[in-house]
Amino acid sequence: MKITVEIDRCVGGGQCVMAAPDVFDQDDDGLAVLLDPDPPAGLADDVQLAARLCPARAIVVEA
Amino acid sequence: MTQTSEALPAFPMTRPTPFDPPEGYAAVRDAGGLARVRLWDGRTAWLVTGYDEVRSLLSDPRISADRGHPGFPFPTAGREALERSGRTFVTMDPPEHGRLRRVFTKYFAIKRIEALRPMVQRIVDELVDDIMATPPPVDLVPALALEVPARTICRVLGMPFEDRHRFQALDHRRNTLTTSPEDVLRATEEMLAYADALITRKQREPADDLVSELVADQLGGDTVSREELVAAVRLLITAGHETTANMIAMSIATLLRHPEQLRELRADPSLVPNAVEELLRYISIFHISPTRVATERIEIGGHVIEAGDGVITAVAGANRDDAAFADAARFDLHREARHHVAFGYGVHQCLGQPLARVELQTVIETIFRRIPSLRLATDPESLSVKEYAFLSLTALPVTWEEQS
Repeated sequence: MKITVEIDRCVGGGQCVMAAPDVFDQDDDGLAVLLDPDPPAGLADDVQLAARLCPARAIVVEA
Repeated sequence: MTQTSEALPAFPMTRPTPFDPPEGYAAVRDAGGLARVRLWDGRTAWLVTGYDEVRSLLSDPRISADRGHPGFPFPTAGREALERSGRTFVTMDPPEHGRLRRVFTKYFAIKRIEALRPMVQRIVDELVDDIMATPPPVDLVPALALEVPARTICRVLGMPFEDRHRFQALDHRRNTLTTSPEDVLRATEEMLAYADALITRKQREPADDLVSELVADQLGGDTVSREELVAAVRLLITAGHETTANMIAMSIATLLRHPEQLRELRADPSLVPNAVEELLRYISIFHISPTRVATERIEIGGHVIEAGDGVITAVAGANRDDAAFADAARFDLHREARHHVAFGYGVHQCLGQPLARVELQTVIETIFRRIPSLRLATDPESLSVKEYAFLSLTALPVTWEEQS
């Protein structure tokens, strides 16, 4: 799994933090921070949900 | 187009019950997810009720939130006056939108809002104390639903509790669909004057609250003008007020109408967060919005939206789409509902949603734990909603077995 966040698109909604708190966090401005660009396979569902929920479509997940 | 608009269905459409979207939404979904409707002013717009179509359009750069656009659709004359008057990041498009929204994102970060949970719990507990000290029946709309967000907003923004009646009354005038455009504008001016005075007060006497922090962080800087800050503080006061209030009342009513699921919820409070997501989906408080306008030609669902066409992305329709939620008309607190669009979608998705979730989760867990025998004190069929910008119950009379 390879995750990238297009931070210019981020609108600070926090959807990624709710869906996959082990993989995403928010910085002091509320914008997304990628904690782990290659998380264990067990988190794949959470990561897919985070990408699906992101209102700015800022999360790209490659298998 | 104009010659045939008389034959089109009128929007807003009537709901069969407070708990079910207009029957016309399903027919629109079956016709490719969108169809033309006729508005109060004789213009037409696209009503979108398909889940994929709503998400696609709300994140399409050819769709604009600019209320100043001549093609922008409004459900009533009063809403037109309201929405055209208030210029905040809600009504801006990228890249201007991002500049202003990013000023406010830090205050609504998940961890920061989670830290407010004990404060919200205290507010809810005090209100439930008062309710339990009153002989039933009690109307939970004024006694609980309106008070939780009003008191929370006062605490978060640093406003005296006494002020809540003033902004509640102004907000009520602004959101009532039958209010005249003139009165909507007067109420909006009063709200802006209140926000302006609040900012001035926080400049003089800063305290530990969000408005003081905003003033310290932003006023005098080059990102936000004072006028923009006043408009944004007005938005912060109103945006999380009636929306959350009406969700609280509708959520309690929905759970009382599903007693078996409510029993499960009471037995296992760990179900509350998922139940709240399902309540957000099932109820969809924004029954006639969000609204947008197309700035370019868009082909979608076998239809063509022309540049300048109004677009009503009815999340209340999208959240009942069987293609996205199996047997969508059924309330099921166990279902995966987190992909609902109750807070909208795209760059304008609700900024305050973490706070709404904390309030809803706290109220639902607390009220049914502390008053386990809570039940409707009226025929469920008699519950009704007002002519309002959100789904707003007229009253929610409840009763319970008093402890001896």
